[in-house]
Amino acid sequence: MRWTIALLAAAFAAAAFANDVGQIKTVKGTVHVERDGQRLAAKPGMGVRQSDTLVTGADGAVGMTFLDNSRVATGPGSVLEIERYNFNSTTHAGEFDASLKQGSIAVVSGKMVKQKPGSMRVRTPYSVMGVRGTEFVVRLD
Amino acid sequence: MEVALIGAVLALILSLHPSSELVVVLPAADGHVGTVVVERGAEVLVLNRAYAASRIRAEGGPVAEQLSGDEVQRTFRGTLGALPAQPMSFLLYFVTGTDNLTEESRAELGRMLEHLRTRQAPDIVVIGHTDTVGALESNDELSLQRAERVKADLVSQGIAADRIRAAGRGEREPIVPTADGVDEPRNRRVEINVR
Repeated sequence: MRWTIALLAAAFAAAAFANDVGQIKTVKGTVHVERDGQRLAAKPGMGVRQSDTLVTGADGAVGMTFLDNSRVATGPGSVLEIERYNFNSTTHAGEFDASLKQGSIAVVSGKMVKQKPGSMRVRTPYSVMGVRGTEFVVRLD
Repeated sequence: MEVALIGAVLALILSLHPSSELVVVLPAADGHVGTVVVERGAEVLVLNRAYAASRIRAEGGPVAEQLSGDEVQRTFRGTLGALPAQPMSFLLYFVTGTDNLTEESRAELGRMLEHLRTRQAPDIVVIGHTDTVGALESNDELSLQRAERVKADLVSQGIAADRIRAAGRGEREPIVPTADGVDEPRNRRVEINVR
């Protein structure tokens, strides 16, 4: 009985987090998450999912931490789409594709890039960046 | 009037269609500098020194530049300032056969709590482990009990329960591999990962 309850509790916890690939940690000014045609106000603690687009206002900035411990922030006037994210917490294999359409981004790569350099990519209207380690920033003007 | 309108429309078009891109590699907190490869079509630029930059304008390929730390801080202050705190891990150890923390680890728990209170929306995973003394099944139970006990301690100190997940791994993942039935204090632990 005890085990059944423990298993059910674990299943519920897993369901609540199942689609989340990361979490919003910092929000400044106006920030929205566009998901399935809806526009949600971003809050610290809110989950981030594959296909989400994060939009910051002229006064806005947002910071997120992902499952592999990679961290991403966008500055004022930014549009960032999380095109693809998957991560295996056992093998640390994964793929992270993000598209910066306007504005600026700061990236600190995580476990998947450590396991396989190049597994994280950031696209812009100009270029594709392959991430082979740690920290960088991008700005579109 | 017309000129102003045309100007406004142009400014809008320019703001929607960025006309240049700047990429800069930064040293990590420990001083290590990673590598970013910027590709535009067949043109490739590898950035692997502190504050090495790539600039792309309109139709051209990536052009190398060298910036200073100050310039990067000025240009990217609002963006860098939004980066979340670095994820952290803690280890707490237990008295043999129990879910009671050792005296040292009780002090460590206090330091961990202070740290947790400085983080925004912390996301906490507590994983319990045992040494190889006792049966496999009872160690599964004990490891979960240790994790749940630490979770309860955190909740009693004001950390929201729905931000904490607890799990037990029994004796499967020793820090120090041992034969069966070995009393090993370093394996009687919970690992706490904070994002």
